[in-house]
Amino acid sequence: MSTLTDNKHEVTHGHIPKVGTLVAVWATLIVLTFCTTAASYLELGEFNIVLAMAIALTKVSLVAWIFMGVRYSTSLTRLFCIAGLLWLVIMMIVTSSDYVSRGWQYQAQPWSHAASGGDSK
Amino acid sequence: MADTLVAPHEAEHDPHLRHHFANADQQLDSATLGMWTFLITEVLFFGGMFTAYVIYRSLYHDAFAATSMVMNVPLGGINTGVLICSSLSMALAVRAAQLGQRKAQIISLLLTMFFGVVFLGVKAYEYHEKYIEHLIPGPNFQFPEAPQYFHNAQILFFLYFAMTGMHAVHMIIGLGLLTFLLIGAYRSKYGPTYFTPVEMIGLYWHFVDVVWIFLFPLLYLIGHTK
Repeated sequence: MSTLTDNKHEVTHGHIPKVGTLVAVWATLIVLTFCTTAASYLELGEFNIVLAMAIALTKVSLVAWIFMGVRYSTSLTRLFCIAGLLWLVIMMIVTSSDYVSRGWQYQAQPWSHAASGGDSK
Repeated sequence: MADTLVAPHEAEHDPHLRHHFANADQQLDSATLGMWTFLITEVLFFGGMFTAYVIYRSLYHDAFAATSMVMNVPLGGINTGVLICSSLSMALAVRAAQLGQRKAQIISLLLTMFFGVVFLGVKAYEYHEKYIEHLIPGPNFQFPEAPQYFHNAQILFFLYFAMTGMHAVHMIIGLGLLTFLLIGAYRSKYGPTYFTPVEMIGLYWHFVDVVWIFLFPLLYLIGHTK
């Protein structure tokens, strides 16, 4: 895969981003910060948190894609980023499923109320 | 594969290129992958606290929303902006290192450190404000704004101090790493052929920014419409 012979004349490596790109990302992030603050004062009900997270995910994607250079990185590095997110989602979903389902067992078992205890002695 | 093994001490090889790497590109890719692996452990470290937040917020939705009344939104917003500025100057520092511009590199690193210190200063002021207003969970906690949420609001403040506190610890570590980079930049250690430490510490610094981008809406902006 890797060749050792033809790398002698290689001076620079990695991708050098343009200053304009970096400043554009910075400006977008600042604008989105104002957007998320303003959006939190809108009456949207449960949609408030959805909007806030959508803006946060957009900002984070911009930081990761340009500032952190995922755009210019190898497929393996990208795969690792996605794997990290996947494990985070697994942790949140599995933990939440425990809390969501805790009341279920008492509804599902009609005999559960019979075992009241107290007069077993 | 034996033909890929060459004499390691060939004349004039890059002093920064370790012998077990084929070339500088491979070395940089390996360092990047290693740094991202570390950052994934960091994602899951903060992720544990974010998971706790998600669960307690779903359990005590109204109590969490009530705490937004006592959060300092302007300062939180300013700190978000300050961190975004520090990310820009960090990205510019990496760029300056790649181009071998020593002066631009030193200025960018100093700016990044300045923004980092401003962030921590504002954070310290906010912590002091919370202390004055008896909003630190424990025996001295008071919540006259919504006394019915006295107990459950403390869970949010516990998460607030745990999450912003760990974030601040990461910032302090970041400032130490930036000092290390600054010394290296002053001694002209980084240039077009070798800028790996600048790029890797840059990744770490941007990650700390990413954590705050989630913390700001989740801790400061959850209950303004209630």
